[in-house]
Amino acid sequence: MLKKLGFALLLSSLAFAQTKSSAAGSSTIVLKGGKLLTVTHGTIENGVLVMENGKITAVGAVDKVNVPANAQVIDVTGMTVYPGLIDSETNLGLTEISAEKMTTDLVETSDEIMPHMHTREAFHAETELIPVTRANGVLNAIVAPESKDTLPGQDSFIQLAGASATDMLLVKDIAMPLNFIGDVRRNETFEKAKYPQTRMGMAAQLRQAFLDAQDYQQRMGEYTKKKADWDKSDRSKPEPVSVKHDLKLEALMPYLEGRRPVVLAANEASDVETAVALAQEFRLKIVLNHLTHSQPVLDYVASLKVPVIVGPIYEEPKQDERYDTVYALPAQLQKRGVKVIFASYDSHQSRNLPYAAGYAVAYGLPYEEALKGLTLYPAEVWGLADQLGSLDVGKTANLVVANGDPLDVKTDVKRIFVQGKEVSTDSRQSRLRDEYSK
Amino acid sequence: MINRNATHWSHLFGILLLVGSSVACLAQAKPPSDLLIKNATLLTVTHGKITNGSVYVKDGKIAAFGASVNAPASATVIDADGKYVTPGIIDAHSHMALRDDINEATSPVVPQMRMLDAFDYTSKAIYRALAGGVTSALLLHGSADMIGGQAVVIKTKYGLGRDQLLFPGAPQSIKFASGENPKRVFGGKGVLPSTRMGNFAVQREALLQAKEYMRDWDEYNAKVQRGEKDAKAPKRDLKLDALADVLRGKMLVQIHCYRADEFINEMAMAKEFGYKVRAFHHALEAYKVPEKLAAEGVGIATFADWWGYKNEAWDAIPWNAVMAMRKGVTVAIKSDSDDFVRRLNQEAAKTMRYGGATEDEALRMITLNAAWIIGVDNRVGSIDNGKDADLVIWDGYPLSSYGVPEKVFIDGQLFFDRTKPGFGTTVYTGVPEGGFIPASTSVKEGQ
Repeated sequence: MLKKLGFALLLSSLAFAQTKSSAAGSSTIVLKGGKLLTVTHGTIENGVLVMENGKITAVGAVDKVNVPANAQVIDVTGMTVYPGLIDSETNLGLTEISAEKMTTDLVETSDEIMPHMHTREAFHAETELIPVTRANGVLNAIVAPESKDTLPGQDSFIQLAGASATDMLLVKDIAMPLNFIGDVRRNETFEKAKYPQTRMGMAAQLRQAFLDAQDYQQRMGEYTKKKADWDKSDRSKPEPVSVKHDLKLEALMPYLEGRRPVVLAANEASDVETAVALAQEFRLKIVLNHLTHSQPVLDYVASLKVPVIVGPIYEEPKQDERYDTVYALPAQLQKRGVKVIFASYDSHQSRNLPYAAGYAVAYGLPYEEALKGLTLYPAEVWGLADQLGSLDVGKTANLVVANGDPLDVKTDVKRIFVQGKEVSTDSRQSRLRDEYSK
Repeated sequence: MINRNATHWSHLFGILLLVGSSVACLAQAKPPSDLLIKNATLLTVTHGKITNGSVYVKDGKIAAFGASVNAPASATVIDADGKYVTPGIIDAHSHMALRDDINEATSPVVPQMRMLDAFDYTSKAIYRALAGGVTSALLLHGSADMIGGQAVVIKTKYGLGRDQLLFPGAPQSIKFASGENPKRVFGGKGVLPSTRMGNFAVQREALLQAKEYMRDWDEYNAKVQRGEKDAKAPKRDLKLDALADVLRGKMLVQIHCYRADEFINEMAMAKEFGYKVRAFHHALEAYKVPEKLAAEGVGIATFADWWGYKNEAWDAIPWNAVMAMRKGVTVAIKSDSDDFVRRLNQEAAKTMRYGGATEDEALRMITLNAAWIIGVDNRVGSIDNGKDADLVIWDGYPLSSYGVPEKVFIDGQLFFDRTKPGFGTTVYTGVPEGGFIPASTSVKEGQ
């Protein structure tokens, strides 16, 4: 069984490799004269960036980089060039019109323990939301199920351009959310309530699921060993009986083994502590998520030395909190040495991702850290820092050319490049604009 | 109205706690004294940008403004240190501080509802809007009903008593709705209306009744006028009283309406019964028929870039506001949200990116145009002599991701000051038992 999983993983990484080679163009494109926000080595005013075969092959000041002879040179004087932004939680491809149920595949709420739900299997590549989102410079994203179960399923890591879902799903089952948030409780009314109606119920149910998975892992291990030891030629010994497959428990294996991160979501301070204790009990590798009302435990959070996807910072504070308590959360975490990552937690409004980072700057987060929280830090967390998140030689040429500061609401994205190829900024919305501007 | 954070239990409990803790500490309004805000970059809305300008406030009104202002030595001087000063932000579509009592959805015609009766002046939503630079707001009934209730206009004077938050002399607005929401609410119950035909039939029927009711009262009043002793007064009906006021032109009609075809139908209905539509709210398809709206003098209160949350929001485009404005429509950007009301300045700034609104035009959409929709544009919405001194000093350029309000004045009185510890409020001093969690301890930290 474990072999089988390994094979599945291998397949998915192969798909990634193939995607890259097939989508990458052979033409060389040079962006010349722009202000380059490299993320890793500062800002280069009047810079040059060369893309070849889908990769960045040179970055530097205009007088330090040789422009290849056969290159298509694009003058981006006055423009700002930065790496494609990464949105660390969206529902892109799982919803079209929120109120129209038949157009959404957000979450399976028939049970709370649903780790065998794979967002990649609902991901709708042709959604109108993706062109709208990428036109604002968001070029990669996590697609997560809606957070209405404790274990709603598996996240995918997508690229917001490509001919089909195959091209766009860069990493399948990249991580798994674990939502220890009040919304998951089935506590509508006493009459309608079902298990788990309380946080105690949520914790107990989760603990049981991971215990079951450990047990399954052990039985599966025993079976694998027996099978290997079984001497086929010895007719006196029967073939070992396989363990009955359980999709739910199988889906938890990579997380029990610490091979992939669990995105641990909690808002309240007490929930953070409960959820982290649970994760530690099963030695899960975690990334924290939300923490919007966790101000009392920020030192504790920092001591965990894990990255935090923070927000939405627009979450309203509690009644007894100052108005800017949540706005200031990214700054408060960063000050304690935490790597802060941003997410839109949305789909239609995912295009507004960079403004959350900008607003965090208004409330004390250093600008460089805000930009990293949209680029380099998420690339690191999702295990893709060798390919994404900065303007560095060898990385995938996912780039944005805009007329100003990427974090400002007034900035207009002019051009986008994905894997070294220019992608249109048109969308259904721009087409409607044009149609009614005639 | 979209409830993005549907945590109604915690919301409800929060309000119960709040009522208990804050009523005791409501202070009385201090009479505003003379005030001079100097060394500011004024974004006046009506007179462009004035760098190194001053505003002189007397008795709660703007008495003078400009590059050089003569103010008496007695005036309290605030050095804005080159920061931006704008008129207070105005939200033309809000449901804040109405607890969960936004929709009386038990009948599609409920004009007798008065939002004042649900208004919770102690709600922290008002404080948070104030901290976002909002000084006035139109609190509307929800959109479940074809004909909803009567709105209330407030100033966000957080910490004062209920009546002191009411905008004095503001005209009465009423909420109408159309499209999907009434269809869904009543269709879901298996009663009329469940279609747009049904919607309009319900609306027309109610207006016809009101017309007859008005005629009965007019006849009665004429008889009384003539001294006829046996004149018998018709039975008072609160519902029809309100609708008769609509027909008499005594109310501003604010219609929740998304689709272009429905704008046309609603304007035809208004013509049929002789009232005027003040504004379409949401109005995400205004860009399809801007000339028709402009010709009727109907404004819109719209979102900057919301879309796709329901079928009638599917054709929404972020260029809507500017495309409508360019064809002569009075456009306001509104929040419809306790969240977005806190940063309407950023929402307005988006119109500079989508369609190229100028700084003045963008700011006008959350000040003077919103004031016009509410019917208080002669009182607020710009830095002009004689207007209420509702002013915001911004710690950064307001039409950006970075500008946040530092001080907010209403009628010349300081209600919010970011540099103050605690809530930053000046009138409201209620700190719940056990204190609260401080946010950014130092305002400038990390910048």
